[in-house]
Amino acid sequence: MTIQILGLGILSWITFIPLLGMVAVLCMPKHAHVAMKWTAAVVTLVQVILAAVIYFNFNPTLSGINTLDGMQFVERLTWIDLQSNTSFGRIHIEYFLGIDGLSMPMVLLTALISFIAVFASWNIDKALKGYIAMLLLLDTGMMGVFVALDFFLFYVFWEVMLLPMYFLIGIWGGPRREYAAIKFFLYTLAGSVLMLLAMLALYFSVVVVDPATGEKIHTFNMLAMMNPANYEPNSLLAGIGTTMRAIAYLALFIGFAIKVPIFPFHTWLPDAHVEAPTAISVILAGVLLKMGTYGLLRISYPMFPEMAQQYVVPLAILAAINIIYGALCAMAQRDFKKLIAYSSISHMGIVLLGMCALNSQGMVGAVLQMFNHGTITAMLFLIVGVLYDRAHIRDLDAFGGLALTMPKYTGVTTVAFFAALGLPGLSGFISEAFSFLGAFQNESIRLITIISTVGIILTAAYMLWTLQRVFLGHPHEKWRSLPDVSPRELFTLVPLAVIVIVLGIYPSLMINFMASSLNHLVDIVVRGSIHTTVLQF
Amino acid sequence: MTPDTLILLSLFVWFLPLGNFVLLIFFHRRIPRNGDWIATSVVFGTLVLASIILVSKFMLYQADIIQTNVRWIDFKVLHGGSPLGVELGILIDNVAAIMLTVVTLVSALVHLFSIGYMRGDVRYGRYFAYLGLFTFSMQGIVLTNNFFLLYVAWELVGLSSYLLIGHWFEKQSASDAAKKAFVVNRFGDVGMFLGILILYATFHSFRFDVVFNGIRSGIFPGGSEPWLTIAGVLIFCGAIGKSAQFPLHVWLPDAMEGPTPVSALIHAATMVAAGVYMVTRTFAMMTGDALLVIAYTGAFTAFLAATIAVVQTDIKKVLAYSTVSQLGYMIMGLGVGAYTAGFFHLTTHAMFKAGLFLGAGSVIHAMHYALHHQGDHHTDPQDIRTMGGLKEKMPITFWTFFIYTLAISGVPFTSGFLSKDEILAGTWAFAQLTGHTLIPIVAFSVAGLTAFYMFRLLILTFLGNHADDNRIQYIHESPHVMTIPLIVFATLSFFIFYSFNPFSAAGGWFAQLVKPPDFVVPSAMAATSPALFAETVHNVHLPAMLLSILVAGLGILGAFTTYYWKKIDANALAQKLAPIYKVLLNKWYIDEIYEYVVVNGTKRVSTILAWIDNTIVDGIVNGVAKLTVILTHGVRHTWTTRSIPALLYIVASALLSLYLGWEAMLTTLPETSSPMTVIQSGIVGVVVSALSFFLFYGGVGGFDAKIVDGLVNFVATLSGVLGLLLRRIQTGKVQTYILWALIGVVVLFIWFR
Repeated sequence: MTIQILGLGILSWITFIPLLGMVAVLCMPKHAHVAMKWTAAVVTLVQVILAAVIYFNFNPTLSGINTLDGMQFVERLTWIDLQSNTSFGRIHIEYFLGIDGLSMPMVLLTALISFIAVFASWNIDKALKGYIAMLLLLDTGMMGVFVALDFFLFYVFWEVMLLPMYFLIGIWGGPRREYAAIKFFLYTLAGSVLMLLAMLALYFSVVVVDPATGEKIHTFNMLAMMNPANYEPNSLLAGIGTTMRAIAYLALFIGFAIKVPIFPFHTWLPDAHVEAPTAISVILAGVLLKMGTYGLLRISYPMFPEMAQQYVVPLAILAAINIIYGALCAMAQRDFKKLIAYSSISHMGIVLLGMCALNSQGMVGAVLQMFNHGTITAMLFLIVGVLYDRAHIRDLDAFGGLALTMPKYTGVTTVAFFAALGLPGLSGFISEAFSFLGAFQNESIRLITIISTVGIILTAAYMLWTLQRVFLGHPHEKWRSLPDVSPRELFTLVPLAVIVIVLGIYPSLMINFMASSLNHLVDIVVRGSIHTTVLQF
Repeated sequence: MTPDTLILLSLFVWFLPLGNFVLLIFFHRRIPRNGDWIATSVVFGTLVLASIILVSKFMLYQADIIQTNVRWIDFKVLHGGSPLGVELGILIDNVAAIMLTVVTLVSALVHLFSIGYMRGDVRYGRYFAYLGLFTFSMQGIVLTNNFFLLYVAWELVGLSSYLLIGHWFEKQSASDAAKKAFVVNRFGDVGMFLGILILYATFHSFRFDVVFNGIRSGIFPGGSEPWLTIAGVLIFCGAIGKSAQFPLHVWLPDAMEGPTPVSALIHAATMVAAGVYMVTRTFAMMTGDALLVIAYTGAFTAFLAATIAVVQTDIKKVLAYSTVSQLGYMIMGLGVGAYTAGFFHLTTHAMFKAGLFLGAGSVIHAMHYALHHQGDHHTDPQDIRTMGGLKEKMPITFWTFFIYTLAISGVPFTSGFLSKDEILAGTWAFAQLTGHTLIPIVAFSVAGLTAFYMFRLLILTFLGNHADDNRIQYIHESPHVMTIPLIVFATLSFFIFYSFNPFSAAGGWFAQLVKPPDFVVPSAMAATSPALFAETVHNVHLPAMLLSILVAGLGILGAFTTYYWKKIDANALAQKLAPIYKVLLNKWYIDEIYEYVVVNGTKRVSTILAWIDNTIVDGIVNGVAKLTVILTHGVRHTWTTRSIPALLYIVASALLSLYLGWEAMLTTLPETSSPMTVIQSGIVGVVVSALSFFLFYGGVGGFDAKIVDGLVNFVATLSGVLGLLLRRIQTGKVQTYILWALIGVVVLFIWFR
């Protein structure tokens, strides 16, 4: 399935249209605030429409992951092609886009969250031009990460996204913005370096035959990297279960773990969230964190199946730590935003746990949790933003009784909070339940799964405690005059709430599109590692 | 009336209340009277439908189990596996049909009662919306044919309970109680969730029948029999939470913060009975050991709560502990194998306990009104010590309350007598068969205690003289919308509706419809077979009945002696037994222990962990950054002074880098090497050594040093633009260095290719 618009594939459009918007915004006069905002809104709206087109034209039976036939909306061109000299093969980097059931939900999420982030940024006054430009650049970077199928291209998008994020936190953030921005930047960069090394190692090891010339060339093609037959014998990462492969896997893992973030690499997250402006927190929690787990599933798992299998227990332990430690840390927070940030750590732990299951339910649960966490946490950060915009503080103990003065706000918040604590009927429950269900079936991590369920209780406790402290009780005199949510704020919250409810009742709208690909991914990992055991003995 | 029609009808019964919720939550302000009439008439409509279902089930499909399934989630096929998915469906068997009617009946009458009781409430419309949500969720539990939907509905009743307990959320105590109810229930729910996980992992289905058939065919979770017991007990954990069994009973008394009709509907008649209902649903898969756990849990809870109820002075608290105790009774009944009796007690109890709460509501309503007219804002309208003598002023309330009290005390000719008597006979038979004599001893003493505290409540509230002569003149009977439900429930508390024989339910329609299922567990692990049990019960029925009448009579006599004729001074007795009295008054200090250990413990742990996170984990991160900065400055200082250490540092780091590169090359060199692989490993080695030197020296030394400038001039020119950009916005320099390193790698890579 390919869709072309003006001779360009739909994935190119959805990725680069924000960049067009950015150029347009940069050309505008400095004070044309309205025009700039609406440009961003229109551009992201087009992105949402394109995402919808993709959704409705997506073939749920195709598997993808490591098969080119299974990839959809594929665009493939040669991007960099340096001819070989006498001693080295040639450098061949492709512009290779395509999506499958793993990336499709992420594409939808990115489009949706970007659109909402634009409206959440409506009140930004400071250097709006730069802000919108950075926001749109960030959008392109995020979308690119999810559609790229060439590792080099993936890496470029990954880095492209870093820079605007740095500026968005560092310039438009709160009082400690510079500290938070540098911390975020350095941390992610450290991860990127490791990822880069692993990428180079993979590149040097994988050899494919160029169909045009019959020449053997190295490639960054991710699909080629997933095929054990393409590894040149005696190359760095050849074979199965070697030390080098373990090192490369760990390097990739740390690179992605920082992004998720997985304990103990998580401390950049609360700082970044607390300082970032609302819309950026929404993007950060809604999309950026998913890149870590997406990377693990897109790259680490299929390229290193035996390592994925071998390190399933340590990863599950980290998942459990994320879930429980994150929840307990959240409970102790007095800053509303920091609490939500820690709850993100806890909820991303559930994604990891589902991934460790290595079966249909767990994998579906994990990817669905990535999507659901994106929508739910985006709501939570928007909710914090609404309150902060009015009161200019985020201290949980300073509020109370907002249910009386801001009923609409309370209604939306209740939906978001209960979704976050995994109430059935809302989307968070489905993904949480299936992640646990899958993980429980994997006997090697069963005990860890059982321990992780403590997180279910803890989440309920801190979420309801927060709800009580802020919304129930007698209203404080000081906050009696706070106006209820504005139509614009409702416009950002309600679509997410609707998605949360609809997916809670009928998750098949998402699961149907993911199942084939994820089953195939499980198959690659499980069979890849069965292969290992055969070799080891 | 085909089975399909019944299913269709049950879907209406299920979803119509949800319609109430959706309609009222959004539009109650725009509908006259906030839509109470819509909600009430819809629920009465579902009552009619549910009755039709029950009657047709009884007349036409008595032996049939009607069920239907839809595939809700499809995981598709994993390579080499069978198709996986989640099927959801509904099931109408006799138990479900009865429960459906009970729930709609209580719900409908509570809706009606609420019109009077909640009149003028600040959130009147929302209250009715939540009642709709509750009724919908509860019917989900009743109708489900699988564990998944059971869990979903289970949590949703938890939500509606949360919302309704916290209806008056301005009050700190109400919002505390709501939170407590939800969180305490979560403990049980997690257990149940794990039980469901065990079953799904084994049978790959959530459906009751699939799971049961699996067990019957000899498949066990985890491949071993003890796991079957564990799964059963874990599932039962859900009931411990929802049906307020020890040790998770603490939320129910606090839940009385909710409006009284809610207490009647949710926290007395239906939701709290969901645990009991769930045990009947899963009864067939319970092993003998699991049932023993269930029996003892129920017995202990019944005793614990009954002792506490004896000394409480809040009219709703007495009823709340009474509810806990009676739920323990039902659970105990199921545990000993008295399946029919346990579920029968659920049904009869739903009627008279809902009635008791509504009666209490009627009293509180009147007290509230009177206190309001007196301008008294200090007296607690729920304290039975401030009541007394309400009989004359509130005759309907009194006489109905009297009937309920007779029923719950197990006086002959009431429904409670029938059901309680069956349970007592069951415990007796159980003791005969297994030797667990403690259970019937507890059961009979609880029967006596129940009669005692219920008559204490009745006497202190309605008989004698009123505590305040002035106030009594303001007391008046409640309006018809409130008294009609009272009369209906009182009528339904007579034996005639369940069995024509006032001394045995065995021949009634109820016993005819509800028959214990055969155990699916292997006979070696199962409890006594239903047939043998039934025979033993039959043998002990008469002595058990006589004894139960005796203990109930003693309890009633005790209550009259102490509180009506005042032959025994209750206060003096309390003083004499001060230690026991204090323990009972403080509910065995269980709340305090939880508060201290669980709540404060968790809070303390979370504070400590947050501190660790902030100080140690993040401290390491910041420490690394700080160390780099310090090192940078230090080395730069030594370098600019052209000291020996600076030179040594360069040499040392160069050697170290070379060594690392060499190691990297050797490690990456495969055993059988071709020129190509040697070159590749060489590249890796060079890259590693260059990178490490870069980090050791370049990263640490600082770019202002002249030599470094020279070395990286090439790189600097390439990325000057980016560097300048970064330099302008940064405060520290560390990140530049890593970026340099990164660019260096890329450059090296391109250069080497």
